[in-house]
Amino acid sequence: MATHSNNHYYVPHGSVYPSIISVGLLSLASGFIFTLATDKSKELAYLHTPGKWMMILGALIILAMTFKWLSSVVTESLTGQFKGWEDKSFRIGMIVFISSEVAFFAAFFGALFYMRVLSVPDLAAFDPLYTPYKDFVGTWPSIGPGGMVLGTEYVPDPKFMAMGWSGLPAINTALLLTSGATITWAHWALIKNNRKQLIIGMALTVALGIAFLICQGLEYHHAYTEMGLTLGSGAYGASFFMLTGFHGFHVLLGTLMLIVILLRCMKGHFTPEHHFGFEGVAWYWHFVDVVWLGLFIFVYIL
Amino acid sequence: MSTTTVAHHDDHAEHPTGIMRWLTTTNHKDIGTMYLTFSLIMFLVGGSMILAIRAELFQPGLQLLNPEFFNQLIGVHALIMIFAALMPAATGFANWMIPLQIGAPDMALPRLNNWGFWLLPPSAILLTLPFTLALFGIGDGALATGWTFYPPLSVQGGIGVDFAIFAVHLLGISSVLGSINIIVTLFNMRAPGMTLMKMPMFCWGWLITAFLLIATIPVLAGAVTMLLTDRHFGTHFFDAAGGGDPIMFQHLFWFFGHPEVYILLLPVWGFIPQILEAFSRKPMYGYKAQVYSLWAIGALAVVVWAHHFFTAGMPVPALLYFMYSTMAISLPLAVLFFCWIKTMWKGSMSFETPMLFAVGWIILFGIGGLTGLVLADVAADAQYHNSYFVVAHFHYTLFAGGIMGIMAGTYYWLPKMTGHMYNEKLGKLHFWLTAISFNMTFIPQFFLGLAGMPRRIPDYALQFAEFNMISTIAAFVLGLSQLIFVYNIVSCARGGKKATDQVWEGAKGLEWTLPSPPPYHSFTEQPVVK
Repeated sequence: MATHSNNHYYVPHGSVYPSIISVGLLSLASGFIFTLATDKSKELAYLHTPGKWMMILGALIILAMTFKWLSSVVTESLTGQFKGWEDKSFRIGMIVFISSEVAFFAAFFGALFYMRVLSVPDLAAFDPLYTPYKDFVGTWPSIGPGGMVLGTEYVPDPKFMAMGWSGLPAINTALLLTSGATITWAHWALIKNNRKQLIIGMALTVALGIAFLICQGLEYHHAYTEMGLTLGSGAYGASFFMLTGFHGFHVLLGTLMLIVILLRCMKGHFTPEHHFGFEGVAWYWHFVDVVWLGLFIFVYIL
Repeated sequence: MSTTTVAHHDDHAEHPTGIMRWLTTTNHKDIGTMYLTFSLIMFLVGGSMILAIRAELFQPGLQLLNPEFFNQLIGVHALIMIFAALMPAATGFANWMIPLQIGAPDMALPRLNNWGFWLLPPSAILLTLPFTLALFGIGDGALATGWTFYPPLSVQGGIGVDFAIFAVHLLGISSVLGSINIIVTLFNMRAPGMTLMKMPMFCWGWLITAFLLIATIPVLAGAVTMLLTDRHFGTHFFDAAGGGDPIMFQHLFWFFGHPEVYILLLPVWGFIPQILEAFSRKPMYGYKAQVYSLWAIGALAVVVWAHHFFTAGMPVPALLYFMYSTMAISLPLAVLFFCWIKTMWKGSMSFETPMLFAVGWIILFGIGGLTGLVLADVAADAQYHNSYFVVAHFHYTLFAGGIMGIMAGTYYWLPKMTGHMYNEKLGKLHFWLTAISFNMTFIPQFFLGLAGMPRRIPDYALQFAEFNMISTIAAFVLGLSQLIFVYNIVSCARGGKKATDQVWEGAKGLEWTLPSPPPYHSFTEQPVVK
């Protein structure tokens, strides 16, 4: 039930950005498909170059339109269009959006648990008379029993090593947890209207986010060059890289959002009473943090 | 500032006209109209595909289509009907009616709403483009795996699978955006005095639908993403050689796929009781029981997925669990059926077209539900799995339960939306032709399935010839009678007898307090509900 005192809701002007973003997405998606087409049939290799250009074009359209769209929202916010009623809409919307992100990660966690608990042990448990995988021991971490994969020989890399938790991953955990604290510290400052502490807190959070991304880059480099751990390393490699990769992508997006918020703080945006943009990004950042804790426990430690 | 009033952009008379009006609109009625129009067009596209398939199945042997093209049509028909016809139709009604029913100025997040619609045409292009590309010698057409993308076939398939994967991604973004908008609108935009338990049933149906979409669509996105990386980037999610499992895809897919059935049906279960109460001229029976049943079905929907692949191999305790939990859905569903029937009981009923569709819907959807109980039985399913019995069953739920429900809603709200009455005679003719030819199409398929005819095969044994012939002829009657529907909608939009504000004598709800058609901005001041 709407408990607001004023009975007016801000309905924005028509905007052409959403429909142009959709065109950008169409271009990005079909370009990506064209660049991949050569995998399945060699005679489609000529699609690779046009596909690449379509991807670049699509990405540029999406970036430009997102920028325009968000800046019109910021302008509306600064000119005081969003009161308590609109603010509540944004809050509920952000909660529902983050819930959908949880479901997305749940799919990959589900795949990890399924392979680790069901399919890998099952592949080792067949009667030796009836299985091509006689020597396969279904222990985790596993790159699977190997063998023929759709006509191409799949040979497990003998150098394969699983990623330990104690080196870079532990540092990354510390970095992300600290960043969760610094953004809360910045939020307190915003409420107290202490702008200096707000900007320092936000800058620290951005720095910690970037440090996390650098560490993850180093970790991936280490995995590919020295550990023989790649995206193709069976069940372990696929779940490791897809989970940490999508998480890293979210950290990247979150860091970009934090940078935008930091710049807005420096320009004097947000008031102690009215700062949904800040809070939405903070919620997103905490969500990314929680996903990391799940990853740290289920992918690295256990 | 004048911008704080909801009527702002109308005051300045600056909303653009022509194509720009539709590209830029933030108005919930414009967006609803676009959804409904898109849905009608795609319904005809998907329908023509299946007529080509039925024409091929008219006789045994291969006459018209080569098997590869036949497989492609099967998969694209399903994806179009589910994602581009049925779901947009429900979302279109949500956009049109939810703000009117709860006394809101508009949807809560209007620009996001606009984006939600404009993601659909690109996805429709992605779904159908492979057919066109194949004509120019690029690739071998659309996905030939059926709409379920099962690996390893979908890992081996050509460029069409990639197009379908990205179409699903865009459709998923659209659904998530739509759901966010609907949840926010229902929680934050209700008129003063309208508590949750005073919301119209349609709003309840959509609220639970939106929660299901938020919980399951991202899982589908994850599943097709794994498929994409298995196809192109060397992962082994669905490949035993790497420790993965093709059956894992089935689990992920149906974790989305089964709730999807309720995503398609819950909005219909929302407005059918409203139609029944309007034309029975008495209050809806068991409002609370219906709301609780909708919640129960929504909760059960996400824990029963594996009944779609009993025959794929599962431990016996898992089979038993999925059998019993599936059958448990029939309990809340039975509550709903009794409430629908009791709403009509001793009512002062009249049978205008929406009511005809609603009553016919109860019976036909009931057949769909009961045949579902048969399929939920693990032992019986071993015989029926992947036979035409399944095809007939899910067309009773999705064509009768879904599309005929949408048709009931269309006739019910069309006068409100256009301001004109549709042609009642043509409406009734449309109902009788649809109901009879629908049964003539799908009852033979039950028998075909029981006799062992497998689905998704372009050729069949001679003993199935008669039933297939009947089914094909009836399918063409069914397809052609939808042209009456299109004609009726178009002529109603263009003119006709003026509709009153109330339209139907017994109709209840805030939407009927507004003029027909409602003004561009419905409620500039929120009404107070007592």
